[in-house]
Amino acid sequence: MRNLIKKGIWFVAGIGLCLPHLVWAGGEAATNLVVVADTRRVTGVLKYIADTYNTDPWLFAVWAVVITAAWGGILGFLMDFIMSRSGLDLRSRKIVEH
Amino acid sequence: MYMPIAGVDIFWPGLVLIGFSVGVIGGFFGMGGAWMVTPGLNILGFPMAFAIGTDMAHIAGKSMISTMRHAKFGNVDYKLGLFMVFGTFLGIECGAQLVMYLERLGRIDTVVRYVYVLFLALIAFMVFYDYAKAVKKKKAGVAEGERGTEGITWYKTFHKLNIPPMVHFKNAGFTCSAWLPAGVSFLTGVFAGFLGIGGGLFRMPALVYLIGCPTHIAVGTDLFEVMISGLYGAFTFSLKGRIELVAVFVMLTGAAIGAQIGTVATKYAKGYGIRIAFGIAVICCMISIILKQFGFSNSSAVMILSTIGLMCVYITAIMFKGAAAELREKKAAKQAGHPLS
Repeated sequence: MRNLIKKGIWFVAGIGLCLPHLVWAGGEAATNLVVVADTRRVTGVLKYIADTYNTDPWLFAVWAVVITAAWGGILGFLMDFIMSRSGLDLRSRKIVEH
Repeated sequence: MYMPIAGVDIFWPGLVLIGFSVGVIGGFFGMGGAWMVTPGLNILGFPMAFAIGTDMAHIAGKSMISTMRHAKFGNVDYKLGLFMVFGTFLGIECGAQLVMYLERLGRIDTVVRYVYVLFLALIAFMVFYDYAKAVKKKKAGVAEGERGTEGITWYKTFHKLNIPPMVHFKNAGFTCSAWLPAGVSFLTGVFAGFLGIGGGLFRMPALVYLIGCPTHIAVGTDLFEVMISGLYGAFTFSLKGRIELVAVFVMLTGAAIGAQIGTVATKYAKGYGIRIAFGIAVICCMISIILKQFGFSNSSAVMILSTIGLMCVYITAIMFKGAAAELREKKAAKQAGHPLS
């Protein structure tokens, strides 16, 4: 184990030596991006979502979480229903590591 | 299909395919799979800023589907997952602060990539070292406990830490100090926040090697945590306006099918089978990052897509082979007049 730790330290030190420019400064600043959803090509629910995106970011964020969770839940139950008809035992398994 | 927020037309079957593939791989390894989805979305034509946010929401929904299936197998330890969620969030925030600090110094992208590669190398080394050790022990006839022969057993040392409160995790089947999962999740959270990923890539091996979860429980519990952190990520990215909801729905439809295949495949795979495949995926991910760092973006994308494709085929084969054997066994038992439940 001690030997392994020694090798690990050499490995990390080697990477540090090989990449000296890691400590050099001088990157570019990030740019801010403002995006507006195009509501001209969509109708119905999609238009509502696009409008909400443009006008109320908080409401849009809440909708994004609620709809994602709801859609995930619906698909999960649907797939569970389909899989239960496959004839497989989907309620037990053996834990064997090796 | 038109994406109103990102303002681009996207080839929708491509989205279904990405969702399906990541569903298969994520359900099998117990991770979100951001490292696979983000470049995939980028290739399909999403701007990078949207690819990350969209990926985050998709991961939350996909992990929910996988968690539901894993829970039926008893692979999810909710108590352990909840203990770890708080450490993860705190860690992610600290990691994000570290990134902002480094951003002021400059060259953040390079630093992040090198740290990422270093940790992936360590994880891959750990996985294969563990396997080699387990094989050696097995050959020597050493069998340890209910789980069979194990290579690395660091968790046994950590379980000896007697710092109150001590907590019993029923599904995972061990008792340890509450500080162990909290501390480990904090550390993995710091890495996740620093690298801008969900963290499943680090948390899954940490659950196995440091906390002592059986591989199957580690996969299920990690997915539960990915689901919660994914929803949080979806919320924050939505607030920043970097999410394309239409793409999330389309991808989730593919993921729903893929997640079933990946999750059920864990039933027919041995713990070390999952660990080794995970190690290979980690190595491929590492190579793709190295290629990207040196300007070979196309090769990097090819590497990731090939890994996804091959892993999908491998996992799907395990699932169908195992399922066919189980059904044959049931049929034979029924014919013999001893139906299996």
